[in-house]
This record gives sequence, C-alpha cells and structure tokens, in this order.
Amino acid sequence: MITERIDFKKNSVEALKSPKLKKALVNFTDRSRAFRRKAVNEVSEWEELRSEARRIKEDVINNLDSYLLELEKSVTRVGGKVHWAKDAEEASSIVVDIARENNVRNVVKSKSMATEEIELNRHLISNGVNTVETDLGEYIVQLCDDHPFHIIAPAIHKTKEDISKLFSEKFGVPEYEEPEKLTEIARKKLREKFLSADMGVSGVNFAVAESGTIAIVENEGNARLATTFPDIHVAIMGIEKIVPKFEQLSIFLSLLARSATGQKSSTYVSLITGPRREGESDGPRQFHLVFLDNGRSDIARSEETKESLYCIRCGACINICPVYRQVGGHSYGWVYSGPIGAVITPQLNDLEKTADLPFASSLCGACRDVCPVKIDFPHVLLSLRQKIVEQGRKKPDPAGFMEKIAFRVWSFVFSKPFYYNLTGRMMVFLQYFYQKGNELQGLPYPFSKWTREKNFPAFSKKPFRQRWKEKYHGENGTELR
Amino acid sequence: MLRVLSGMGLEIEFPQEQTCCGQPAFNSGHAKEAEKVACHFLDVFGDGDEAIVCPSGSCVSMVKHYYAELFRNDPEKLSRAEKISSNIYEFSEFVFQRKEALNLNSAYKGRVTFHDSCHALRELRISSQPRELIKSLNGVELIEMEMADACCGFGGTFSIKYPEVSKSMLQEKTDSILDSGADAVVSTDMGCLMNIKGLVSRKKMPVKVLHLAELIAFEDTK
Repeated sequence: MITERIDFKKNSVEALKSPKLKKALVNFTDRSRAFRRKAVNEVSEWEELRSEARRIKEDVINNLDSYLLELEKSVTRVGGKVHWAKDAEEASSIVVDIARENNVRNVVKSKSMATEEIELNRHLISNGVNTVETDLGEYIVQLCDDHPFHIIAPAIHKTKEDISKLFSEKFGVPEYEEPEKLTEIARKKLREKFLSADMGVSGVNFAVAESGTIAIVENEGNARLATTFPDIHVAIMGIEKIVPKFEQLSIFLSLLARSATGQKSSTYVSLITGPRREGESDGPRQFHLVFLDNGRSDIARSEETKESLYCIRCGACINICPVYRQVGGHSYGWVYSGPIGAVITPQLNDLEKTADLPFASSLCGACRDVCPVKIDFPHVLLSLRQKIVEQGRKKPDPAGFMEKIAFRVWSFVFSKPFYYNLTGRMMVFLQYFYQKGNELQGLPYPFSKWTREKNFPAFSKKPFRQRWKEKYHGENGTELR
Repeated sequence: MLRVLSGMGLEIEFPQEQTCCGQPAFNSGHAKEAEKVACHFLDVFGDGDEAIVCPSGSCVSMVKHYYAELFRNDPEKLSRAEKISSNIYEFSEFVFQRKEALNLNSAYKGRVTFHDSCHALRELRISSQPRELIKSLNGVELIEMEMADACCGFGGTFSIKYPEVSKSMLQEKTDSILDSGADAVVSTDMGCLMNIKGLVSRKKMPVKVLHLAELIAFEDTK
C-alpha cells in the first residue's frame, strides 16, 4: 500500500540527472524492442492471437466470480488449498500463518509482482522467517535493499560494476568483472538456500480454472526449484490471472514470451496441478493458492477501466514507452511502472496519492500497439484523468484549482469567436516584451515551463482570418501570401 | 495548406467562427470544458456535407474517435459528431487521395526526414501517405531517421506538467533528426512541429522544421 503521495515530477527530475541510468535505459529498451519485434514478426497470425486473448480475458473479468469459484473447486479437487485475501495485509498474514503453523524457518521465493505488491518479504522477515529472492535480478535488488526497476527485469538499473562491488561487499569475494563469474557466485549461494528451504513462494502467470493448474514462466529455473524442492509451496495470484481452459494456455504462453523477451517460449514453463500425489516420490506435500483481490474486484466493476485487468505482465508497454525510457521504473513510485503502472497503481491505491501517474504520459499510444491483449492505454488514462479532475472538484489543491480556472476561461474564450479573436489581438500586445523575431522567450509562469528550454511561436500581428478576408476572400484574390 | 489545396483546384471555405476541437481540455481530464468547445465545433462545421481538412492528425483523431465518448449521453450531438467524423481528414491523407492533381514542383530542394506524429500514426494509421508525397516531390529526397515513430514529447499539457521529461524526449528526437543528416524535418501535426521547432530555434540547430504543406508549397523567400 502506498502511504505517501507519489511525486512523479520530483522522482523523474531526480532520475533524469543520471547519465548512467539513461544509458542503461536506452540500452535495455532498444534491445527489448528489437527482440520483441523480431519474435512478433515470426507469427503470421499475431493479430488474431491478440484478439483472441483479449476476448478470453474480457470473458474472465466479466465472470470473475464464477471462474474463481471454479478454480477453487479444481484446486481443492487435486489436493490444494485456496485462500481468499481481500487486501495486501490479509494476503501476507495468510502466508505468515502457513509458515508459522508449519514451523518454517527458511523461505525461497521466485519472482512475483503480487508478492512485491503485498510486501511479503517484509512481513515474513519481521516474523522471523528468512526469506530469499532466487531470481537473479530480484536477488540483487534484495541484497541492495532496493525495489524492482522493471516488472520483468528488476535490476536493469544496476551495471555489472555495481553488482561486482555488491557481491564483493556482501560475500567477501574479489570484485569479478565477468558477468558469468558473478552469476556463478549467485548460483552457488542460492543453491544452499534451495537446499535448506522449508517453503517455496511463487507467483502465478496463469491459473487454469477447469484443471486447477498454475503456470509459471521463467528463464532461470529458480521458480521450478522453489516450487518443487521445499515441502510446502505457496503461490500468490492476483485474481485476474485466470484462464478458463487448459487449451487456451498456449495462446497466452506464446503472447507472453514473445512480448516480454522476444523468445518463442521461455526456457522454463512449469505447470503445477496440486501437491505431491499418493505414490509420487517428490514434489511439495502442501500446495496453497492465495487469491489476492487488493482492489481488483473494484476495477472489474468499472466499465471504463476494467481492461487494466487483462494485463499479462509482459512489460512490452514499458519497453516501448518513451516516458519510461527517460525516467525509469522508480519514478512511478510503486511496484508497477511505465504505462501499466500509470493505469494500475492509481486503481489499486488511493487515487489522490497516485494522481500524478495518469498524467505521466504523452498519450502517444505506442503501448496500446504492442500490448498482447490490446489494452487501450490512452483510453484508460483519459478516463482516470477525468476521475481525478472530478474528485479534485470536491477537494481542490492549489495547482488543480489553477488548472480548473484556466480551463474554465479557455472553454469560455474558445466557444465564443468574438472573445477568441479579441484574445488573439490582446496577445499581440502582451507578447511585445517577450518577442524575438517570430518567437517568444522568457514568458512568465506557467508558460515559463515551456520557454525555459524552448521558444514559443509568436501571435501574428495580422491573424490568419484577417488575411483570409482581405486576400483570399476578396474580389480578385485567389492567392494567399 | 491553403496554397496546396487551392493549387489542386479545390474550392476552399474557412469558417470564420472556428476555434478548437476541445482536445487540450479533454486530454487533461476536463471533459465538461472540452464538451463546450466541441459543441462549438459541431455548430461551426455543421452537418459535415463538405470535407473538412485539418493540418493536425491529433485534432482529426479527437473528432473521429473521442467525440463519440464526449457526446455518448447526447444522441442528437452524437449523430452530428458521427456525420462530421466520416468526412474529416488529416491533410496528408486527403492530398494523397488526390495526388494526381498535386503540383510536384516544390521550390524546396534537398533532403528531408519525416517525423510521425503519434495521433496520425496510431489513431488514424497514417504513415505511408505523407512519405509517398514527400518522395514524389521533384528534387526532394526522403531519409528516414532512427525511431521516426517515437513521440517528440509534446503531449499537450504533458509538456507543461512534466517539462523536464518532455524536454528529454524532445532532445532524443532532435538528436535523431540531426543524425539523419537531413536539412529539414517534416511532420503533419502543428503540436509536434511547435515543440520541435521550439528547441531547434532555441539551440539554433541547422535544420528547418516544416509542415508537409509548407514543404509542398515551399517558396524561396530568403
């Protein structure tokens, strides 16, 4: 949960100061976009897949209640246990309780944004349970006591030099330069953790309602270890993660891998249906599935914004976003960043505290074009902007108040041609002090925000409509100059 | 724009009462204020019997896609909006449909690069038309810049709300323009052009910033 207002402006200005960050962002987003494009171009029916996936997700969100009940039934049938959590607090408590009841000392975690959302690590650790992230990026982030920078690539803001230094500090090893060597160190450390863990915690990429199967997509094999080694497996899923039928999984797996990392398929896809069965010699003895609502059922009820829940967390929108490319993940102030963060963070948290985010977009729409489930991001952002402005009418803040007045005046002037023309004429006089040739510089607040870095075109002494009347629309004139 | 269109033998009206489509308020979340201005737009442009041509894709997209949203609770205005929507065109798509009538002898000679405006590209799916028009001009060469389809950072009030982020996006854009080696950057949206030109002229970058219409009807005045 967000407790303080997210100040996107402050965060982004801070991020823009770092050339190192900018370089990492440009490298990463350039590469991801190229990989994705190539992978997508290989599939001739890509558009059909997107449409079909969207149709399935639409059905899931429209009938979420019955699908959740079906999923619960299926999971129970195969020997698992389902827990319903209405918010973050409740979800964490459920996991902490499972740990406590089973005297769990050590937990290994695979990457999961839902667990980031509920701050599970903090809860487990404060209850005396050692909790270790086992995805390499997440492990690095955890060692730095930092937050993920990207939903699928959490540590892209760290260079190999940063990591080399970090490992040397934490583990007393030399400062190795080669990424392979660094990975080897992490791998060794993590193996010990896997072997001593009593419980594994994972997220869920997709949960199949009819079979009770959960799908986990990854590239490092850590999620497979975390969900098969320890005696207890707890999986946490946002309630929107449902796919009704097993056969529909293939559509989503293909869309996810190609959109996220440009792979045909991720290196590991684990399909887990319940705990170890009778006669089986390995696998966890307990399987728990936590349904996390945390504001999602409210989104599902909102006709304008429910498509935010179709998201399969591939990160393609983030990789293409020109705003994210400048400011990076932490500027968005919470677990989710980029376009998906701008739409989902305000809906899962207090809207006033997160009101900056829907405005942190130029509405260029690049995200909508790459989204594998065709989320209409500009539409959702606009709808959230309207909601924020309407709420502001009840509780005005100074900047919002000024803006409201400005748009009131604007709408008056721009719906009355007489005042519109008059304003234009007035501007010709007012701009006198700022004019340099055909352009304006050094304008007063709030226009200074523009003229600090850029010139602004000056109002023409003879407005177009006058020239039109005189030259073009005159008796003989056919040419306008 | 006028010169290009009249040169194609078209008869042009300029309704004196026109102001704005309402997009600045709509995109900032002020739907009521946007509605007022949009109503004025409907009044001015009447029933859409004649084609409306606009030098900015984003205004066209506002009318075509978002008026339906703005007037969803007002069937009378909605039907007028729909009628107008079916007969409003972004400049390059309109000219491209009638390109046989176009005079291809621009006074401009040199290499230009094209910036896709986001709304023309992604809401109106206009991408090849302006490029084809540029390529057909005698003495004009089109060179593609890197990431021609990336946003220039304008985004209406976005550029005022987050000027630092906007500037950073714009800087990337002007870098691409300069790296392309073109003498001019051409686009089809007044918003992008104002933004790009703002930095180009502040920093005195050696590149012209032109609307496609200005390129086609270019006159050597200097």
